[in-house]
Amino acid sequence: MVCQGTWAKTWTICPTCEHSSIKQTIQEANAHDTLLIQKGTYREFEILVDKPLVIKGINYPIVDGEKKGEIFRITSDSVTLDGLFIINVGVSYTKDNAAIRVVQSKNFSIQNMVLEQLFFGIYLEKSSHGKVYHNRIIGDAVDEYNSGNGIQLWYSSDVEVRKNHVQGTRDGIYLEFSDRITITDNVSMDNLRYGLHFMFSNNDIYTNNTFENNGAGVAVMFSKFITMKNNTFRKNWGTAAYGMLLKEINDAEISDNTFEENTIGINIEGSNRIKYINNDFVGNGWAIRVVGACYTNSFKGNNFLYNSFDISYNSKLNDNVFEGNFWSSYTGYDLDKDGVGDVPYRPVKLFSYVVNRTPETIVLLRSLFMDIIDFSERVSPVFTPDNLKDAQPLMKIRP
Amino acid sequence: MTIEINNLHKKFGKNKVLKGVDLSIDQGRIYAILGPNGSGKTTLIKSILGMVIPEKGNISVLNSPIKKDWKYRKKIDYLPQIANFPPNIKVKELIRMIKDLRNSPSEEASLISLFGIQTFLDKKLSTLSGGTKQKVNIVLTFMFDSPLIILDEPTTGLDPKALICLKGLIQNEKAKGKTILITSHIMQFVEEMADEILYLLEGEIYFKGTVGILMEQTGQHDFEHAIAALTSTENHA
Amino acid sequence: MLKILKYSFYDLIRSRWSYVYFLFYLTLGFVLLFLNNDVSKAVITMMNVIIVLIPLIGTIFGVMYYYNSREFTELLLAQPVKRSSIFLGQFFGVAGSLTLSLILGLGIPFLLYGLMRSNAIFDFSLLLVTGAFLTFIFVGLSFLIAISNENKIKGFGYAVLLWLFLAVIYDGLFLMSLIVFEEYPLDTFSLIATALNPIDLSRILILLKLDISALLGYTGAIFKKFFGTQLGFVVSMAILLFWTIWPVLGLRYKANRKDF
Repeated sequence: MVCQGTWAKTWTICPTCEHSSIKQTIQEANAHDTLLIQKGTYREFEILVDKPLVIKGINYPIVDGEKKGEIFRITSDSVTLDGLFIINVGVSYTKDNAAIRVVQSKNFSIQNMVLEQLFFGIYLEKSSHGKVYHNRIIGDAVDEYNSGNGIQLWYSSDVEVRKNHVQGTRDGIYLEFSDRITITDNVSMDNLRYGLHFMFSNNDIYTNNTFENNGAGVAVMFSKFITMKNNTFRKNWGTAAYGMLLKEINDAEISDNTFEENTIGINIEGSNRIKYINNDFVGNGWAIRVVGACYTNSFKGNNFLYNSFDISYNSKLNDNVFEGNFWSSYTGYDLDKDGVGDVPYRPVKLFSYVVNRTPETIVLLRSLFMDIIDFSERVSPVFTPDNLKDAQPLMKIRP
Repeated sequence: MTIEINNLHKKFGKNKVLKGVDLSIDQGRIYAILGPNGSGKTTLIKSILGMVIPEKGNISVLNSPIKKDWKYRKKIDYLPQIANFPPNIKVKELIRMIKDLRNSPSEEASLISLFGIQTFLDKKLSTLSGGTKQKVNIVLTFMFDSPLIILDEPTTGLDPKALICLKGLIQNEKAKGKTILITSHIMQFVEEMADEILYLLEGEIYFKGTVGILMEQTGQHDFEHAIAALTSTENHA
Repeated sequence: MLKILKYSFYDLIRSRWSYVYFLFYLTLGFVLLFLNNDVSKAVITMMNVIIVLIPLIGTIFGVMYYYNSREFTELLLAQPVKRSSIFLGQFFGVAGSLTLSLILGLGIPFLLYGLMRSNAIFDFSLLLVTGAFLTFIFVGLSFLIAISNENKIKGFGYAVLLWLFLAVIYDGLFLMSLIVFEEYPLDTFSLIATALNPIDLSRILILLKLDISALLGYTGAIFKKFFGTQLGFVVSMAILLFWTIWPVLGLRYKANRKDF
């Protein structure tokens, strides 16, 4: 231990020092050395980190890529990047230039970084067992075709993504073929496409994140065993926006999340065996919209508050269970005072059924006619699935 | 000639009320328009006022045709049959409103004291009795100075004192050279006031002439019987 | 005509019903704003109320006023006043006083709440403008029905039927035709069908200004593309104006030919 301590050297870099270039100093340094970068502006790009190093900024020195290309490329295990302010990543239509790219490495740690004026932010490629912690990624994306993702994981596994703030990129956080990823305490907002996007990624967990005002909150597609807990999906509002999109998802658990003021709270397509427990759906256009065949899902203990439509369904078939939820538009009674309504609640309005069939009929939204029809359908269902009901609706809101 | 009517026709639905009325009314006289119920008295009066629009025929008032005209009504004071007034306003306001609408000089003060309705000026019209309403009605009619006066059942609901006042008023206006048309069921009143009788029957003028000529023609001694005889002679014929 | 308007207007604003109507909107405004504290949500709720209530109240009030003021009308007919002026004056008196109740009743709470500082001012003024249009349209239609029917009960029945048709039945027929012809492109059809009914048109105009328009999805985008443009706005105002004017012209036509 002592030996290693004497061998490891600390390099100080500043614009006026002996060592004024990050790139050169890395070449001169040995494995396990520490580079301290003092405050100043360093106009460098394509900085290759090919040995285990700790690269640490003091008072946020600026690394300016001058839009010429990629800035940091990490190809070695055990690299730590800490406290740098990276700007001006080169935009390319052929290469996914990133502010920081980690390639086939393990035990990396990228923390306290500030990234601005970027294309891709942090790109993890075939890497594992690292962490991306407390970074701030601020993009200014306008169009999808020439913008990149804030944090991207590609064929990576066992990574912890925590306390990051991502905004103004294409996808805030994007996972493709990445398993066992933990995504916690992040804020992803104002992104063009999704706040968080899963593709073909399994056994991932995301908790305590906030997704606000994205093109769409979170898209989970073609993935298995995803756990989604305590997240907040807010204000994903627009003609094609939703809090969460589930497409071909099996065996997931969605619990204790809040879906607030989204056009569609959760859009579900071909997803089976999912548990929706104790979520709050507040003031959404559609709280839950079921498209395509979905089997053996259960909705328990959720609060449905003041949504224009609680549930939308496009078939007369129902294989999903609704039980013990609170519905703000429930008008039943509870004679035996056990806290559970004595008459079942039917969450599918006829109008939402009609809209599913003929989308143009949405123009009758909030017309007196539709209110009357909905009322009569609720009294005696003819068109909506007869067994689609919550037989034990709560009388009081679940705290 | 104050009023000139030629070939006036009017029907309501299938019911022909006026079937070719020809009539001329001279200035400065009092005319009584009589006839059984449904003979078209009110329709005739309303035609003159332009409230009923005839199918055929011409009406001229003071030498100008009234079709599509409304300003001529300024020269007519009309007392409607039943005093239907808007219920929510006060007598005072009604008088002020009519004055405002007609926009011509008026002398309502003397009329108000003549009929003794000063105390009702601040009451709403809906609270008045039938007789008081009629008095208000009379005030509204006589407060202007127009050459033609049309009175539809003016005596309805009046007490004897008010009736005397009314008669005096009518004579007074006649003396000023005005033309007056009256309909009434009180034959005594008609006999007393009218210079000339117009008897309407089944939509036509059946008789026109003075009270004297009427008596002569029917060979009756009193007016009431003479009127009754007019109808029965028709039946004999 | 102005004199008649003046008297009808005074007569009405002193009547109990105008106060009830005014107080209703005042209460509604205060309750929505101060219990809920969200202007845009208040605008939505208010829209629901306005779309249903204004036509209904305009219709009933119009018919009732016409029949109740028959005496007044007859009194006026013998006066040197133009016939059409009498009816138009009464019409504007009723529609004007209802509109005033609406604007003051909703306007006062909104002003107190500080609408001027909020960016919902445009939505709100649109709400009032369409509300005013709907008032004039339905008072006009009910006057036209009343003048064409001497029988009170009949006139009242027809007027309520008309309201029922435009507020409910029309949408039912609209919905059915959308479902029957779902195989065909329906955007133009639904655009036209919406524009033709003043209640639907007002509803869509207000909806499109609100966040909730996102629910309209693809169809809403097409609507927005049309109504959002200057041309669309002009066209929809022109349609509302047309609905306001033709009953008035009809009223004038009938008034000039009717016997009393």
